[in-house]
Amino acid sequence: MAEKNDQDGVKAADYGGAPVNARLSAARKIELYRTMVCIRRFEERSLRAYQAKKIGGFLHLYTGQEAVAVGCCSLMEKSDHLITAYRDHGHAIAVGMDIRALMAELYGKATGCSKGKGGSMHFFDPSRNFWGGHGIVGGQIPLGAGIAYALKYQGVPGACLAFMGDGAVNQGAVHETYNLAALWQLPVVFVIENNGYSMGTSQARSSSGELAKRAEGYGMDWGVCNGHDLYEVRAAMEKFLALARDQSKPSVVEIITYRYRGHSVADPDNTYRSKAEIEEYRRTKDPIQVFQAALVAEGVLDEARAAQIDAEVRAETDLAADFAEASPFPAVADITKDVYWEEDNPDQKKSQGRIFFD
Amino acid sequence: MPIISYREAIRQALAEELQRDPNVVVLGEEVAQFHGAYKVTEGLLEKFGPKRIVDTPISEAGFVGLGIGASMLGIRPVIELMFWSFYSVCFDQILNNAANIRYMSGGLIHCPIVIRGPANGGTNVGATHSHTPENICASHPGVKVVCPATAYDAKGLLKSAIRDNDPVLFMENTILYGDKGEVPEGEYLIPLGLADIKRPGTDLTIVAHGRAVINSLAAAQLLEQEHDISVEVVDLRSIRPLDEETVLASVRKTHRVLLVEESKPFCGVGAQLAYMIQDRAFDDLDAPIKRVSSIDAPAIYSPAMEMEQLPDPQRILRAAIELLR
Repeated sequence: MAEKNDQDGVKAADYGGAPVNARLSAARKIELYRTMVCIRRFEERSLRAYQAKKIGGFLHLYTGQEAVAVGCCSLMEKSDHLITAYRDHGHAIAVGMDIRALMAELYGKATGCSKGKGGSMHFFDPSRNFWGGHGIVGGQIPLGAGIAYALKYQGVPGACLAFMGDGAVNQGAVHETYNLAALWQLPVVFVIENNGYSMGTSQARSSSGELAKRAEGYGMDWGVCNGHDLYEVRAAMEKFLALARDQSKPSVVEIITYRYRGHSVADPDNTYRSKAEIEEYRRTKDPIQVFQAALVAEGVLDEARAAQIDAEVRAETDLAADFAEASPFPAVADITKDVYWEEDNPDQKKSQGRIFFD
Repeated sequence: MPIISYREAIRQALAEELQRDPNVVVLGEEVAQFHGAYKVTEGLLEKFGPKRIVDTPISEAGFVGLGIGASMLGIRPVIELMFWSFYSVCFDQILNNAANIRYMSGGLIHCPIVIRGPANGGTNVGATHSHTPENICASHPGVKVVCPATAYDAKGLLKSAIRDNDPVLFMENTILYGDKGEVPEGEYLIPLGLADIKRPGTDLTIVAHGRAVINSLAAAQLLEQEHDISVEVVDLRSIRPLDEETVLASVRKTHRVLLVEESKPFCGVGAQLAYMIQDRAFDDLDAPIKRVSSIDAPAIYSPAMEMEQLPDPQRILRAAIELLR
């Protein structure tokens, strides 16, 4: 692999030359770039909406981590699946969900992707093999292995990408799942998006040892890569996805990344890290800037086109907010819909008796 | 009609549904090679092979969550918990994930999983292994909860549960596993949410579920023989959905109600029933509703005292007489 000097003079591998990246068309590269910009602008727009009190509850922003979701999802084939935790906006956009439905979900509107019943942490789109969006730290990981189990049981191709944050690695459910996935050789890649902080607790203060290396205890393959360079994410992840798809071997991959905002927007973000640390990452490793620079160097993108994409995406996120604003809230009668499949499908209902109580 | 055990009835239901639908898979601790901790799954490995009958490590959060994930893609896992008491170590998977995922996805996902196993006291295994969590589970919209008392009901309800597209929590009883009853040869299904009058009567209605039904029937027999009291025993069979109409029809006939359950009294199934009955049949009541449940403490080990802690026919009988006085 060729190497080049980045702006700080640090040697960085030229992952753009990796076969998995070299075969990307210029149009596809622009599409991936646009998706990263879309995540960034969507998050910024949603923060403004939150500050305007249009959004309730938690809002965990993905800014700074864009290359992770976009890089991983860009490798997904039709038969691959994805499940993640509560910082799920980036993955939802990366699998191609309509940002109007996402914004409407944040607004708690009936037109939201979960009809206003899930909120920020609970985006789903089974039609795109996107299984959420889960609020309890590490709680989605057994489900991810279950998706892989179903693929293997049914004898269909594909793998499941099961994302978690660095804060999830100490949860029992995660370790139980590592064991089951390795024991039964399930086609799953456990992806630790390590943004350095589990809420306000740094990795050094919360986790012993190397996070992905814990895979060795379960006899799984593992790897670590940087998450600010989309090309590097793709180059690293391709191998592990292939292991899952082709050999039904599970693995753990830690992707080093960083979030620009607090854990959630309720986190004042002034107690556990410095502004200088955030600025340093922005200056040297911003995933959009890094990818933009690569594409400009390749002659795929120029400043004017980048500005045009940014303007288009900003307009789209504004339209999404307008759509969310104009959409109706769910009705009171909707509160008890989507609880039971049988109640929602009365023509196929077999059970009797009362199912909702007062 | 063949007479088989409650255990055999559950095994028949599993075998028939495994045969019927290739997506049905049985997973749990010791369900395959060991033949089941309570021998419920005995013979299934030999008949259906290791893909369909799967031994798991002791890892409830892992394999219950795995089953939930698999069910989202159309697998129909029937997960055995060696004891329902172990629901506490997979509570998040059952009552956050299985119960809520349909709702939080706005109805895009459903979760056709059955989680089954014994939930009972009376076997001198102490407080940690004697939980009866039907009330706790049923207080979570999104799941269904079933508590069969007889072999016939266990088979018909389990088959319905496995075909149900919602998560069904199926609570059995180790003390009932050996109890025998008539079970027809041919296929039958019992819909969830349909109570059954196990004994007709005119003076008093007892509403119960699970093994409390068996104890209530024994008490009813004694009340008839020794006190000339005619008791109607309504077996709920299913806690959620709940057959309120059968309960209310019985109340309107007898005008007196005794609620019997093995769980602890606080926020128990009986509390919900008592509210419902006074709300909808207040004018039909000739006496205050009474309850019999376990004495309100963690399950005691001492074998002699555990029998006292749980509702037994004598305690039910005394409560009935007091209610009719």
